[in-house]
Amino acid sequence: MSDFEPKIVAFVCNWCTYAGADLTGTSRIKYAPNVKIIRFPCTGRIDFMLLMKAFQNGADGIIVSGCHPNDCHYSTGNFHARRRWMTFRELMDYMGVDTERITFSWVSAAEGARWAEIVNTTTEKVRKLGPYTNYQNLVKLGIEEEL
Amino acid sequence: MARIGVFICHCGENISATVHVVKVAEEIGKLKGVAHSVEYKYMCSDPGQSLVIDAIKEKKLTGVVVAACSPRMHEPTFRKACENAGLNPFLCEMANLREHCSWVHEKNETTTEKAIDIVRTLVAKVQQNAALQPIKVPVTKKALVIGGGVAGIQTALDIANCGHKVIMVERSPSIGGHMSQLSETFPTLDCSQCILTPRMVEVAQHPNITLYTYAEVEGLEGFIGNFKVKIRKKSKSLDEKLCTGCGLCTTKCPQKKIPSEFEQGLGFRTAIYVPFPQAVPNKPVIDKENCTYYQKGKCKVCEKVCPTKAIRYDQPDEIIEEEIGAIVLATGFEIKRTDFFPEYGQGRYKDVIDGLQFERLASASGPTKGVIRRPSDNEIPKRIAFIACAGSRDPAKGIEYCSKICCMYTAKHAMLYKHKVHEGDAYVFYMDIRAGGKMYDEFVRRAIEEDNVHYVRSRVSTIYERGGKYILKVADTLMGAQPQEMEFDMVVLATAGVSSPGAEELAQTLHVSYDQHKFFAEAHPKLKPVETNTAGIFLAGACQTTRDIPDSVSMASGAAVKVAALFSQNELTRDPLIAHVNRMGPPMYSTCVGCFMCQSVCPYQAIEREEIKTRDGKVIKTLAKINEGLCQGCGTCIALCRSKSIDLYGYTNQQVYTEVTALLNEL
Repeated sequence: MSDFEPKIVAFVCNWCTYAGADLTGTSRIKYAPNVKIIRFPCTGRIDFMLLMKAFQNGADGIIVSGCHPNDCHYSTGNFHARRRWMTFRELMDYMGVDTERITFSWVSAAEGARWAEIVNTTTEKVRKLGPYTNYQNLVKLGIEEEL
Repeated sequence: MARIGVFICHCGENISATVHVVKVAEEIGKLKGVAHSVEYKYMCSDPGQSLVIDAIKEKKLTGVVVAACSPRMHEPTFRKACENAGLNPFLCEMANLREHCSWVHEKNETTTEKAIDIVRTLVAKVQQNAALQPIKVPVTKKALVIGGGVAGIQTALDIANCGHKVIMVERSPSIGGHMSQLSETFPTLDCSQCILTPRMVEVAQHPNITLYTYAEVEGLEGFIGNFKVKIRKKSKSLDEKLCTGCGLCTTKCPQKKIPSEFEQGLGFRTAIYVPFPQAVPNKPVIDKENCTYYQKGKCKVCEKVCPTKAIRYDQPDEIIEEEIGAIVLATGFEIKRTDFFPEYGQGRYKDVIDGLQFERLASASGPTKGVIRRPSDNEIPKRIAFIACAGSRDPAKGIEYCSKICCMYTAKHAMLYKHKVHEGDAYVFYMDIRAGGKMYDEFVRRAIEEDNVHYVRSRVSTIYERGGKYILKVADTLMGAQPQEMEFDMVVLATAGVSSPGAEELAQTLHVSYDQHKFFAEAHPKLKPVETNTAGIFLAGACQTTRDIPDSVSMASGAAVKVAALFSQNELTRDPLIAHVNRMGPPMYSTCVGCFMCQSVCPYQAIEREEIKTRDGKVIKTLAKINEGLCQGCGTCIALCRSKSIDLYGYTNQQVYTEVTALLNEL
C-alpha cells in the first residue's frame, strides 16, 4: 500500500478557500500534490451529488471548504452547505458511503497555511484508508449507473 | 466540433521551474477538441495576449483556456483579449498552474502530471461554456442616507453636492447624532457643536436633500440602482408647515420633569419638546408616552398657546415610498450604560457616570452650563476618577474588541476637568493607551505632562460608596503594588461602544450582513471597507465599528464617492453569472414544480413567482423566476432544487459535472 497515491478532489468556494489556496501559493508553502481544486462561487452551490460523482469516477477522498461562518460572501451560503453536510453525512453513513473520506472545513482567504495543513492531513488520512475500491466496485457491478 | 485553444504560460520561471510546460502543451494538444496548444514565457504581456488574439482569429477557436496564474489575478485580462478578438469573453477560462501547482509542489513528474490534470479539467469545462451577455440595469440617481449623525450628514452633503438627490432618514426628532452632544472634540479641543451645527443647517437648506426626521425605514425591495424603500414618518402631532419654531409650546407644557435623552438623563425636558436648542429641524414633537393629553385625555395647553395653530393631535403616522438607487447606512453606535457594570454599582451610584454624561456636564449648553458638578449634590468634585476600558476588551462581558475612541476621550475628559477645576485631582485608570492617529499621542502626553492628570495602569475591580465618597479598589500594576483603596468624589466610566439599538433589525430589513456584535459587515476588511456584500448599499461611520469623528467623516466621504460613481452611469453592467430557471414549451413550461424551496434559501430575495396564464387569465402553473438584478450568483438554490430546474450560468450542472469527470479520468 506504500506506493498508493490517493486522488482527492477539493470543492471550494471562490471567495475564501480558493483565495486561501492562492495565498498558500503566494507564500510558497509546499503541500501534497494529490488534491486538485474545482472552483465554485460558494459552498452553497455544491450539490452533494457531485461528491458521489467524484467517488464514482475514482476519487479516494474529497475536501469541501468555504468561508468561515458569518464570513460568506453571499451571507448564508456556507450555512446551507454546513446544514447539507450534516444531513448528507447521516444519509451517506446509512448508505454505506465512507464519510471518513470527506473533509468538511472552513479556510478563509487569509489562511494559506491552514489550507496546506488541511490538504496534507486529508491526504495522509486517505492514504491510510487506502483506495476507495468499494464504491468503484459497486459502480462496476452496475448498482450505480455507469458513465 | 469544439476548437479549443490552450495557452500555457511559463510566468518567467514561476511555472516552468517546477512544471515541464512543453510537455503539458504537447499532452494537452493531443486531447479531443483542442485545436491549438502552445506555451509562452509571459502570457499576460502584450505579445502573449497577441498570441491568444491571433490564434482565435486564425484558427477560429470556439473556446480558450489560459493556463497561468490564478483567475483572481488575470481572468479579466484574458477575457478582455478574447473580446477584442471577437470571441465571447465567457468562453475563456483560466487554469491555475501557478498558485495551485508550481508554487506549492516540488519539481518532478507528479507536478507536471497535476498540471496536465488541471488544464484538462478546464479544457473539458470550457467546451460546456455558453456565450453570455452582460446584464444591463438602469440606475435611479437618488440616494438614501439612513442616520443623521456626522457621518450621515457628510455623506449626504457630498452626494448632494455631486448634483444628486438625497433622502435622509433620522429616527430622532433632530439630526446631529452623538456629535451634537459632545462638549469639545479631541485632539484640538474645538467645540463640537460649533463645527457641526453649520453642517446640520446646510443639510436642511440643501436643495438636493430631503430630510425626514422622526422617521424610520420599514421595508426595502429591489436591487442596486433600483431600490424601493418604505419610510415610516412617525406622527409629530404637528403641522410642520405652520410651525414657526417659536418654542412657546415647550415653555408652557406642564410636564417638565421628563429625563432628557439629549442630556443623557442629567437634565429635563417637556412632553412637547425640541431635543436641543440648535436642533434641525427646530420644530417640536410630542412625546405621546409622557403627554398628559395623550395619556389622560385633557390638557391641550400647547394647542391653546400655539400662535399659528400648528398642533395636530390626531395626526397619523405617514408611510412614504421612494425609489432610490443607492443606500448609505450611517446609523452610528451607542455606548454601554453604567447599569451594565455590577462591579461599578450597576447604575445605583448617581456620581458614577458614563462618558456621554460627562460630555453633557462639560458642555456649555448642558444641564450645569459647563460646570463640572456631581449629579447627586451639585458639588464640584475635587477628586475625579476616569476608568478606561469599562467593558471593552473584556471577553467575559462579551465585548472582546477595543472600542477605539475611549482612550482619546478619556484624556480629553481629564483635561477638560483640569481646565475647569484647577485645584482638582484627576486620575485615569487604564489598561493600555491606544492613541494612534494624527496628534493623538501628543494629546495624551499633554494631558499627562501639562495638565498633570495622573495615569495609573490598573483595572478597577470594584467601586463602593462610603459617606458620599466613592471607594475604588485599584492596584498599580506597573509598580507591582498591592491592591489599595482610593477615595473619589466622582467616577466617569469610559464604557464600551456598541452597535446602535435596532441595527440587527435594520440589517435584516436591508439584507446586509452584520457581525456577532451587530455592527454592519463590510465587503472586505481592507479593500472594500465602505461597501457591504449587498450591491448598492454602503457604510459610513460607526455603524461598521466604533470610530472617531475624523474616521467617520472620511469614511462618509468615501461612501459618497462610491454612490457618485454608481450614479455616474446611466446603466449598470453586471457579470451574467446568475441563476436561471429552465423554460420549455407547453404543456410543461418548465421542470420547476413551484415548491419555492429556493425562495426560502435565497439570501437576496431574488426568486419571484411567475404565473403562466391562459389567454383568458386562468393560472396554469406557478414557476420560480430569478430576478436578474437581485441575483448575485451564489448558487445555493441550484444545489437545493429538487427537480434540478435551476442552473447557474458559468457554473452549470453540465459544467461542474464535466469538470469532476474530466479531473478524475484520463481521456
